[in-house]
Amino acid sequence: MRNPKYKIMGVTAAVAMATGAYVVAQTPVSLTIVSWGGAYTESQVRAYHNPWMEENPHVSISNDDGSANALAGLRAQSQAGNISWDLVDMLPSDAQLACDEGIIMPIDHDEMLASAPDGTPASEDFLPGSLGECFIPQIVYSTVVAYNTEMFPEDNQPNSIDDFFNVEDFPGRRALQDRPGVNLEWALYADGVHPDDIYDVLETPEGQDRAFAKLDTIKDHLIFWTEGAQSPQLLADQEVAFSTGYNGRIFDASEVEGQPFEIIWDGQVVEWDGWVVPYGPNIDAVMDYLYWATDTQRLADQAKYISYGPARASSAPLVGDHADLGIDMNEHMPTNPDNYFSPILLDNDFWTDYGDELRERFANWMLQ
Amino acid sequence: MQQSASEASPNDHMRDGKLVTADGRPLKASLKTAERRRKIIAFAFVSPLLLFLIVSFIVPIGQMMWRSVDNPTIINTLPRTLEAMQDWDGQDVPDEPVFAALREDLAIAQENRRVGPLAVRLNYEISAARGAFTRTARTVADMEPPYKEQFLDAHRLWGNPDIYQIIKREGRPLTASYYVAATDRRYAADGSIEMRAEHQRIYMNLFGRTFAMSAVILVLTMLLGFPIAFWMAHLPMRYANLLMIMVLLPFWTSLLVRTTSWIVLLQQQGVINSSLVNLGIIDTGNRLSLMYNMTGTIIAMTHILLPFMVLPLYSVMKTIPPSYLRAARSLGANNWTAFWRVYVPQTLPGIGAGGVLVFIISIGYYITPALVGGQSGRMISNMIAYHMQTSLNWGLAAALGSMLLISVLILYWAYNKLVGADIKLG
Amino acid sequence: MALPTYAGPLERFWYYAFRFICCLIFFFLIAPIIIMVPLSFNAQPYFTFTTEMLTLNPEGFSLRWYEQLFSSSQWMRSIRNSLFIGVFSTIIATTLGTLAALGLSRSEMPYKGLIMGLLISPMIVPLIISAAGMFFFYSSVNLAGTFPGVILAHAVLGTPFVVITVTATLVGFDNSLTKASASLGADPITTFRKVQMPLILPGVVSGALFAFITSFDEIVIVLFLASVEQRTIPREMWSGIREQISPTILAVASLLVLISIMLLTTLELLRRRSERLRGLSPG
Repeated sequence: MRNPKYKIMGVTAAVAMATGAYVVAQTPVSLTIVSWGGAYTESQVRAYHNPWMEENPHVSISNDDGSANALAGLRAQSQAGNISWDLVDMLPSDAQLACDEGIIMPIDHDEMLASAPDGTPASEDFLPGSLGECFIPQIVYSTVVAYNTEMFPEDNQPNSIDDFFNVEDFPGRRALQDRPGVNLEWALYADGVHPDDIYDVLETPEGQDRAFAKLDTIKDHLIFWTEGAQSPQLLADQEVAFSTGYNGRIFDASEVEGQPFEIIWDGQVVEWDGWVVPYGPNIDAVMDYLYWATDTQRLADQAKYISYGPARASSAPLVGDHADLGIDMNEHMPTNPDNYFSPILLDNDFWTDYGDELRERFANWMLQ
Repeated sequence: MQQSASEASPNDHMRDGKLVTADGRPLKASLKTAERRRKIIAFAFVSPLLLFLIVSFIVPIGQMMWRSVDNPTIINTLPRTLEAMQDWDGQDVPDEPVFAALREDLAIAQENRRVGPLAVRLNYEISAARGAFTRTARTVADMEPPYKEQFLDAHRLWGNPDIYQIIKREGRPLTASYYVAATDRRYAADGSIEMRAEHQRIYMNLFGRTFAMSAVILVLTMLLGFPIAFWMAHLPMRYANLLMIMVLLPFWTSLLVRTTSWIVLLQQQGVINSSLVNLGIIDTGNRLSLMYNMTGTIIAMTHILLPFMVLPLYSVMKTIPPSYLRAARSLGANNWTAFWRVYVPQTLPGIGAGGVLVFIISIGYYITPALVGGQSGRMISNMIAYHMQTSLNWGLAAALGSMLLISVLILYWAYNKLVGADIKLG
Repeated sequence: MALPTYAGPLERFWYYAFRFICCLIFFFLIAPIIIMVPLSFNAQPYFTFTTEMLTLNPEGFSLRWYEQLFSSSQWMRSIRNSLFIGVFSTIIATTLGTLAALGLSRSEMPYKGLIMGLLISPMIVPLIISAAGMFFFYSSVNLAGTFPGVILAHAVLGTPFVVITVTATLVGFDNSLTKASASLGADPITTFRKVQMPLILPGVVSGALFAFITSFDEIVIVLFLASVEQRTIPREMWSGIREQISPTILAVASLLVLISIMLLTTLELLRRRSERLRGLSPG
């Protein structure tokens, strides 16, 4: 059963939309929403924040691009008992940690979120495995290797993770993110491990050595990035020929800004990203917003602005053209079958268990 | 009071052979009171700032250093387990009573949402602890005695005696483990402390590199700073002041501005590379990698810290009478000998002051290495920031920070010995 | 250091070589700062001089990055924040620092060395450590992510500069002046206002300028302590550099260079005035 309050809310919104009139004047609420910045925040602003503020003039939303340090921020704020963030966009692994620490709200997905238009409850509509105890998935994104087409002759363009590791035939610097996650997976994949077996191999000390040994082969050609926006920047400046990056950012740079980038979909590493709710002062306003912002249509809308796949099954058919460019967004979705031929599914349990140790080893490896 | 004493004539104010003031108190005591009063007044002027700094600066830093040894999580979350473990032999996986206690602790912790911090804390000591604790804790509510088997089934880590040794070792209010980690050491199976495997040593290397890079920057600022300070010190005042402005302008320009300008200059599509390509010195495929590596950090930091070397050098050189050099030369020394044996030794206080200043500032530098340093150009501060903001291992960040702070304080102490407490600005 | 007329060819060579090297070093100091100014007028979003710019073709130049800067609400907010935080932290730092300097320069001040050491410690402790410590502490007292928090933290960093500059102006200060004033019947406040204040004023003002520029330029504390509401100019530049270096940053940087030139001039004038007042220099 759904909470009647949200139902009423939905009705009110519907009435307001239908009549174009605002029924009640409400006290102003200012929400601080934390996200990843750059093109990603932009897509949320256009798909969610702006329409919501238009319908609810008493709500104003300010954006904080603190997601990269979200867990630290949440911890510090809850320790101080002064929560200034109302809604935070974060990765499921961090969300689980925050949830275990009790600093974010547990979510009853069927109760708090909208059902699909055909009545399928939220818990079944969201893609399998995406829901977390305190986590509301929003998108499927993937980490991919991209390259600057101008850096290679036309008849010799790379198209696989193997090529990324092949510095003989594809010379030039490469940029990796400065953490082990995704990189070690690719090293094993390039070393011949099947995507489904990667984490079994990586669990063993030999497997870890193997991954680092593979990375050693391109070590002299590597530089490292920290934040998502840096990878397209490095490619655009031709600081590097290849860079790993989030597919949405690369899309934004190549399609919107017209940069000569191409994505290698081979071995794309697929993960979720979504919302968590801290115990802030405006929980009611946040839940109203969330109920609406995570419904089928809204998730599909976000794909008009950035090439991340909606986390609801019911949203997929609604994905249409890019809002500004008019190109069909379906072919840029990580989940499009043409792109989804050899995906690696990021295993958060693995990284929960081995993350600290491998992060240290990776940090050390980078320094040497 | 002092005045009343000095105005008094000795004749009226002698009692029992002692000087007394007009009101009859012994002069010595009276002077002492006056002295104390003046001390109190002087102190009263200083105390607002002193109090302000103690509350908002000294205490926070002290608290941060405290975090490097503070260890409340395990002892507070697993009290029953620790109690039950007192009889444990420390070798094999413990017996049922320990698991019963552990189950109870975890059930309570799960209720109060205390499992997360505990799991995070233990994962610093052993991989997979985070998963073992969070996942097992979700199931303990449904467990029935005996518990041991169910624990062993829940996660493979429970079959590893190491985890119990760690709980026992770290189940105390204070810990040394952050310092053990910060010095690239670890606990061996028998509880002794040993160095980590080569590929796991990070922090001492990084300290070493931070010091090495600071030393390179120090030498570069000396090499560049000495000639221009010398030149300025020997030019007529009017020209020297003009040149001084050229030293002070970078000094007063925002750090972010200077760092930005180095990015503009050094990047692959930047001014230096493009000029070299346009001049035909290099071709466009071989643009130099000047940024996102150690070269970038060193170039930018040398530029940023050069004024800190020039200013003290200049002020010392100003005080060296030019007649010394002339005297040496008239006594037969050639130019070089005169310069090297007579002039340079007199500039040593300036070199020392500038050098320590540059060195102190550069070993704690954060912004420039973070922006232009890439990986190889990072310094210990960047690692502290990483543990503060990304890995969230605040204990380790505090341990590294304390080590850095102590290095800086030792250097500062040496600086004081060298030049006295006078820090000059501009 | 004029070249003597009897100098031989080798000396002549060294003399000019030395000057040449010095000029190169000055070029190294100044060029990176100046180079941004013309680049900020680039009509193209590049960080290099375009052919149009090199041939001084007016089409190569534009004010678009300045327009972008002044029409961006983010940048405008950061400018407001920087000024607001800078002014208030300067007021706190200058008041407390001047008082402390007056106390410190009294000969009867006890534990002078130790206290001086404590007072200038914010200058010595690496910023990352100050920032980390303040992050924990200010979070625990609800000041993280607030204006008072950032202002207090910046005031802490600014105080050593005020203490040092004001103490320096008091070094040559003749204490008999205050005694004379007092013995002539002036009360302590009048004495301070009429005798001490004019003498230390240049020190106070230059200390305040130092405190202001410290706050204005500070980024590490802001990174740790400020929320998006308190973003200052350097913080906005930091984001800009990490994400996307648009020439807007160069426009900001050029304006900041202009500001530092103005500050520098003010300081130089103050220094001259101070020296004149204390009779240390003849002009």
